Amino acid sequence: MNFSDILTMRHELMLTLLALVILIIDLNLHNRNKHLIISITLGLFFIHTLVGFLPAENSTLFGGMYRTNPLLVMMKNILNVGVLIVLLQSVTWLKKEENREKISEYFILLFSTLIGMYFMISSGDFLMFYLGLELATIPIAALAAYTHHQTKSAEAGIKLLLISALSSGILLFGLSLIYGSTGSIYFDTITQLYKNTPMQVLAFIFFFTGMGFKISLVPFHLWTADVYEGAPINVTSYLSVISKGAAAFILIIVMFTVFNTIAPVYNNILYLISVLTMTIGNLFALRQKNMKRFLAFSSIAQAGFILLGIIGGNIMGMTSVIYFVLVYIFSNLGAFGVVSAISTVTGKDSMDDYDGLYATNPKLSLLMMLALFSLAGIPPVAGFFGKFFLFASAASAGYYWLVFIAVLNATISLYYYLLVVKAMFINKSEEPLAYFKSDLATRTGLVLSGLGIFILGFWSQIYELINSLSFGIIH
Amino acid sequence: MADFTYTLLIPLIPFFTFLLLGLAGHKMKPIMAGLIGTSGLGASAILAYSAAISYFWTGHSAGTPYTSIKAFEIPWLHLTDKLTIHLGVLIDPISVMMLVVITTVSLMVHIYSIGYMKGDTGFSRFFSFLSLFSFSMLGLVLATNIFQMYIFWELVGVSSFLLIGYYYYEKPSAVAASKKAFIVTRFADLGFLIGILMLSFNTGTFDFQTLTDPHGPAIAQAGGAAFMGLSLLTWSLIFIFVGGAGKSAMFPFHIWLPDAMEGPTPVSALIHAATMVVAGVYLVARLFPVFALGAPDALYVVAWIGGFSSLFAAVIACTQTDIKRVLAFSTMSQIGYMMLALGVSGYGGEEGLGFMASNFHLFTHAMFKALLFLGAGAVIHAVHSNEIGDMGNLRKFLPVTHITFLIACLTIAGIPPFSGFFSKDEILVAAFHSNKLLFAIEYLVAGLTAFYMFRLYYGIFWGKNTHYHHTPHEAPKVMTIPLMILAFGSVFAGFLPFHDLVTSDGKGFESAIDWFVAIPSVLIGVVGIVIATILYKKESAMPDRIAGSLKYLHRWAHRKFYIDEVYLFVTRKIIFRYISVPIAWFDRHIVDGTMNGIAGMTVYAAYAVKGLQSGKLHQYAFVFVSGAVILVLIFVYLV
Repeated sequence: MNFSDILTMRHELMLTLLALVILIIDLNLHNRNKHLIISITLGLFFIHTLVGFLPAENSTLFGGMYRTNPLLVMMKNILNVGVLIVLLQSVTWLKKEENREKISEYFILLFSTLIGMYFMISSGDFLMFYLGLELATIPIAALAAYTHHQTKSAEAGIKLLLISALSSGILLFGLSLIYGSTGSIYFDTITQLYKNTPMQVLAFIFFFTGMGFKISLVPFHLWTADVYEGAPINVTSYLSVISKGAAAFILIIVMFTVFNTIAPVYNNILYLISVLTMTIGNLFALRQKNMKRFLAFSSIAQAGFILLGIIGGNIMGMTSVIYFVLVYIFSNLGAFGVVSAISTVTGKDSMDDYDGLYATNPKLSLLMMLALFSLAGIPPVAGFFGKFFLFASAASAGYYWLVFIAVLNATISLYYYLLVVKAMFINKSEEPLAYFKSDLATRTGLVLSGLGIFILGFWSQIYELINSLSFGIIH
Repeated sequence: MADFTYTLLIPLIPFFTFLLLGLAGHKMKPIMAGLIGTSGLGASAILAYSAAISYFWTGHSAGTPYTSIKAFEIPWLHLTDKLTIHLGVLIDPISVMMLVVITTVSLMVHIYSIGYMKGDTGFSRFFSFLSLFSFSMLGLVLATNIFQMYIFWELVGVSSFLLIGYYYYEKPSAVAASKKAFIVTRFADLGFLIGILMLSFNTGTFDFQTLTDPHGPAIAQAGGAAFMGLSLLTWSLIFIFVGGAGKSAMFPFHIWLPDAMEGPTPVSALIHAATMVVAGVYLVARLFPVFALGAPDALYVVAWIGGFSSLFAAVIACTQTDIKRVLAFSTMSQIGYMMLALGVSGYGGEEGLGFMASNFHLFTHAMFKALLFLGAGAVIHAVHSNEIGDMGNLRKFLPVTHITFLIACLTIAGIPPFSGFFSKDEILVAAFHSNKLLFAIEYLVAGLTAFYMFRLYYGIFWGKNTHYHHTPHEAPKVMTIPLMILAFGSVFAGFLPFHDLVTSDGKGFESAIDWFVAIPSVLIGVVGIVIATILYKKESAMPDRIAGSLKYLHRWAHRKFYIDEVYLFVTRKIIFRYISVPIAWFDRHIVDGTMNGIAGMTVYAAYAVKGLQSGKLHQYAFVFVSGAVILVLIFVYLV
């Protein structure tokens, strides 16, 4: 028996074990003591995150269905750090009376989807990929309906489930066409046989549609707003940050390793979808008054930017996408963290409620400002470099008009991000939100995301690390 | 070779005290903030001294040239393979010398400020700004490449802006002065930036060691006229010098310096005497091999700008009545000396006498000019006025200030054996061997300097018996001790063997006092002092009569030759009326109109797409599938 294989799959195995452990502990705990699960889970997940950083090597398992390498491990680690922050931000909300009985459900469902994402990242064929995709999607529908006594939450769950069924159907249709035309479901074989035939282009479009649903690209995004608004805020933040980041990782891997032979075709598709997504996402975000919906639409627009790096089609593009997602995770979690802290304590999540926030809660306002600046891409915070590298990679591939449109969109987005900053710092309010002190877990989560935004902006080595890892993936 | 990595701490300590005082200063007792700032700077000073000792003496084997060492360097921004921006610490004779100058003066100013700023509401804010400034200035001199220098150059500009405008809440003039200083130097910095871009484009490097290598690419490919008969390298160095001229208040960028005297006096001592204003000199000295070997024409410009500024400022200084403004113009004049010395210098050995002299004068000037400003601060502290007319006969009330001020005056006047004599003598010798006309100008300026300094001295400490509302009293010990330390430095700094330590190529050379130049220069200094003594020691009507007979000249000089008015005329009457107003119209009606139109369209579009987001699931599914089908139609059938 070779134990090194266990180390190779440590992310998936440990997290599965973790989910089981929680289930068992939950069964043996008295109702009064359910909140203990929170700290146990946090501790275990923290260890899991740390273990993830152990060095990794290139290897494959199960005859090529599962593969791993340092870059993939790094992607999983990025997701882990993000999830850790999400968990920290959920603590206050989970401790509420009405959630007490189903704390473990939250963790188990969330970890199941994360395991699904791991498998998608590591998949070496479309079967593993599809299993991962379903595992990553269906439990999220349950999570969205977590507070099922609220109509909106239940509605969000069912909408997500139905639309995801639709998109899975189309994606699966695409996969069967791929199999039909190449006779294989293994990435390595497919990429050698894939050509520009109409059926294969059709298959690719169907596949891309399914991924477009996960990343919420226009026009496959319409579910986003309803689900984001209806789901509990922490689920929304998980959905719009971690789930989307993971999907972006997977998309870029598949694009670069499977469909690279039809790059001239998919670049045109991405061009169109990217322009649509940035523009329509921005147009919707422009007039949102609810902070959750606002962040949801802004994250659609951000997804449009990610496509710029994929179009680049070179190492710089790959690096810039991963770097952008990393930055995006920290920035968006910072923003979501603030919104979540405020809505958990005060129940308010309208932009007007943020008027004069700086006077009462200066630290929260400053963090929110930092996060929004990063999302908007104002130097010298991390978001600027994230966007800069994306634009640079698209420009280096010669897509000047696309970069121009992206810059225009970045400018529009600046407007609505600054609207929130203006509300917090300049607008006067008769009754600003009262001062409150968050608990330790929330504060840790907020500080982590703030530090991430700050450090990534100044610590250029991380970019070079990603760059060196990306080198082996693209030929 | 000694290890100098610890020099990294010299700028970092003030940076941390800045953070500490900036973030937590308002929660501390004021005296606590002062002590933290001062002790931080003290630690930096000790490190700087030990670095200097080990670089120049203990860690250096006698007889070998001083080399430049990169004590620390990290790549900061890796943009492309050819273009990487580093941050680091460069140790060489001039940077070590500047470390000593900056930390010494800054430490003295810190100590002095504890007394001077006592009771001020923004005490801890003041010390955090002082720390920020010290950090920026130290980072500037330690820069390993010209881009890093530019970053700290701008930081210095910002922190000096904050310090000049420190009294923003009670003096609108301080706000105006800080804006003026910032904007004028910003204009000059634009030149600096253009110069950097041209230079690095031309040579492919930002790094000082590569740039200034006598056999390196920068100097090797100097030739070839690019524009108006000058090479690209010459043009880039002239542009870089424009930046230096802005910070160093050289003509015609000097207009911000007198106004900057609105800042607290210790700030003037730190920024406008010893550190920031010599940044331009330092910049030229840093790039000196490139100037001397690659672009002698640019050096010629430096020499003439320096020479003209020194004469121009000395004449104005004779007519000013605000003691700090006299000192400001005197600073400008002395920096002109330093620029001139660089400008007439050659490279290597005795040819590089001017380079050595310039740095020598920079060193001694830092001591005695900081002393003069701090002394002036003590006087202002005692009589609550800046005008000479409100002073007189103060020698009885302020004995320590009086003696130290006198020492500083004798030093700047170039009377032996004070340090100013030695350094000024070297400059005059360098000028004498290079350009007789420049020598004549500087010779005249030496006399003028002695005259206006002693006019100031007599006006403050002798002269008429002014009646004071409150009896002026000597400043507290915490203010007088820095004066005494600096006076000690002013007296003895001249005996440092600069010709062995700080030379253009790192090799020492023999240098002796050239009595043929020294004796006449001392004589003209004495003449200046004697004239000032006759005119100003006792109250008399003579000065006014002389001023009356030189009516127009005096008025012109008193109004600083109307340079400010020229600037105002050009900006208000020409630029604003004929350029800004049409642009503003265009901006308001055409650009804004277009932008508003676009914004309006965006909002309209936002409402138009609203219908998509209906909440109806079947419609979502319809759009979803239609999207897929349209993609298929386009990319399978059409493309």
